[in-house]
Amino acid sequence: MPPSSFLFGKKRSKRIRKFLAGDSIFKNLTLIFALSVLALALLIFYELYSRSQLSINEFGLGFLTEIKWDPVHQIFGALPFIFGTVTSSIIALIIAVPISLGIAIYLSELSPRRLRSPLSFMVELLAAVPSVVYGLWGLYVMVPWIRDSLEPFLESILGFLPFFQGPKFGIGMLAGGIILAIMIIPTISAVSREVMLAVPDTQREAAFALGATRWEVIKIAVLKYAKTGIFGAILLGLGRALGETMAVIMVIGNRPQISLSLFEPAYTMSGVIASEYIEATQELYLSALIEIGLLLFIITLMMNIFARLLVWRMMRMFRGAKE
Amino acid sequence: MKSKSGISKTGAIALIIIIAVAIVAAYYALNPQTQTITLNGAGATFPEPLIKKWASEYNKLNPSVVINYQGVGSGGGIQQIKEKIVDFAGTDAPVKDEEMTTGELVHIPETMGAVVVAYNIPGLTGTLKLDGDTIAKIYLGNITKWNDPKITALNPELSLPDEDIFVTHRSDGSGTTYIFTDYLSTVSEEWANEVGKGKSVDWPVGVGAQGNPGVAGLVQQNPYSIGYMEIAYAYLNNIPYAWIKNEFSEEFIEPTLESVSKAAEGFLEDMEEDVRVSIVNSPDPEAYPIASFTYILLYKEQNVYGASGSLEKSKATLNFIWWAVHEGQDYSEALQYAKLPQEVVAICEELLRSITYNGQPIITS
Repeated sequence: MPPSSFLFGKKRSKRIRKFLAGDSIFKNLTLIFALSVLALALLIFYELYSRSQLSINEFGLGFLTEIKWDPVHQIFGALPFIFGTVTSSIIALIIAVPISLGIAIYLSELSPRRLRSPLSFMVELLAAVPSVVYGLWGLYVMVPWIRDSLEPFLESILGFLPFFQGPKFGIGMLAGGIILAIMIIPTISAVSREVMLAVPDTQREAAFALGATRWEVIKIAVLKYAKTGIFGAILLGLGRALGETMAVIMVIGNRPQISLSLFEPAYTMSGVIASEYIEATQELYLSALIEIGLLLFIITLMMNIFARLLVWRMMRMFRGAKE
Repeated sequence: MKSKSGISKTGAIALIIIIAVAIVAAYYALNPQTQTITLNGAGATFPEPLIKKWASEYNKLNPSVVINYQGVGSGGGIQQIKEKIVDFAGTDAPVKDEEMTTGELVHIPETMGAVVVAYNIPGLTGTLKLDGDTIAKIYLGNITKWNDPKITALNPELSLPDEDIFVTHRSDGSGTTYIFTDYLSTVSEEWANEVGKGKSVDWPVGVGAQGNPGVAGLVQQNPYSIGYMEIAYAYLNNIPYAWIKNEFSEEFIEPTLESVSKAAEGFLEDMEEDVRVSIVNSPDPEAYPIASFTYILLYKEQNVYGASGSLEKSKATLNFIWWAVHEGQDYSEALQYAKLPQEVVAICEELLRSITYNGQPIITS
């Protein structure tokens, strides 16, 4: 029997009843707040869906495969934007995942205790930098460096691959991917570090007891155990990369095209919405932009749900292990 | 609890309230208020600095009229006037008849804009000269080198490098792009067929950047680049820009506020008929060819706002616009906008007189 059950006896005083009423009002109030988030998400989805009707009716599924984006002739296709968003995010992951895991392993397993919290703090501080600042830095510092050093270097050693050919502007898919990588490193490394710290010490001790070296302990005891959680952290980073707008607009070149070369400009889904929405006057044009928003909403929502589920499952597993 | 000076907390609060009420009362007593009229406008960002300047100057002359203008973009402005949220809207590209679904909108040209073709060619001494066809070919990707015979023919005195042209353009929808592509469509048939004109177009080549600052940044940073931007932006940031050939006088025209104003003078007859005429490639011999009006939109029949509108409010709106196209023009040049020529002001007057409330003209004098 819960300890509060005496309150529900017949002889409860007026004071207690009043107290109880306050309690339930508070409970319902917070419930409304909690539900309002859900309602908001549903409303956003509904609004996006209903306002993209015109474009959905006009282009149907062809919207997903059309490669032209021509506002003058009212031909709209989402494929180059989907390609740009997905490819730039994948490049970001390829760069960011190894670095983030390195940071997380160092911070959770190897670093002296004294260094641990200032270093984690610094990494998390990176997540607080506004994206437009990354964009400006990218445009004025990173892009010239890519143009003058990185791209000639990549071309000289990997130029036989189609990914590293073409004009060297600095601006383009590669720059977009690198700036995204820098922006998602804090997210991935912070979450991975938490997950690794959550690995029970008994695991490490067991591995050491078997005579494992430090690297083997990290490999067998920590990484294997934290696998699902790290995967979740990576998906959270991917979620951020997919939706990131401002910094990418400033360095990716904003050209709706599908090219194998990473030196060529590209365009992202959030980028085209931010760029063209305010001056779009024709109904169909607006509707097509909103449909891109709808697609992005669906993609990021699914990513985030998937990531949360993974992290949540892993946390529950640990709780089981610790008890 | 007593405070040190001996006044109780309640007493102090009461005193503050009394003082506040007295101040408000005194304010109203000293300023016998005629009712304040608030006019709301929204739209294009290009004329925003000028309209904001007008709003503050006009408010000094007529303290009872407060004007708000939100630079949300032409699209947003048109949307808001259609939903009858704003009293006037600003737009760079005119609204077509078939798009006026909620009532006829009068276009009042309130100022002029021009687009310059900026470039970055290291080591170049002298000013680059271009004509419309060459610019179109560069942006179509048909001319890819700075020392292309077509460019060197226009610039015999310059030594142009054997380098690839790095083409840049706006990625965000903008009136600037509209003016530029309107010009290219007028002078190049190929451009008109393949690309066309609009606030965003399907660019055959080049890299897109956000806003005038974005394009300017790309041009300044990348050697051998070309880009287009608002004249004020290039001027204030000392970015070199090309002189453009006037097809009618065969002269290369430097973009200045005067040569931009001249562009309107080549189209006065067409403007009498419909003020929405494009003024690119002006036949006036001294005109800079890449210029355009930017417009204020007003409902021709003003009694469409229901309870939130009134004859008084419509009158205030028209008075403000009337002032803007007359005295307001004196503020243009300091902000790098071209003045409306006298003849255009006369057309504006005519247009403003045509606006009615319940079928009755509002401006009678």
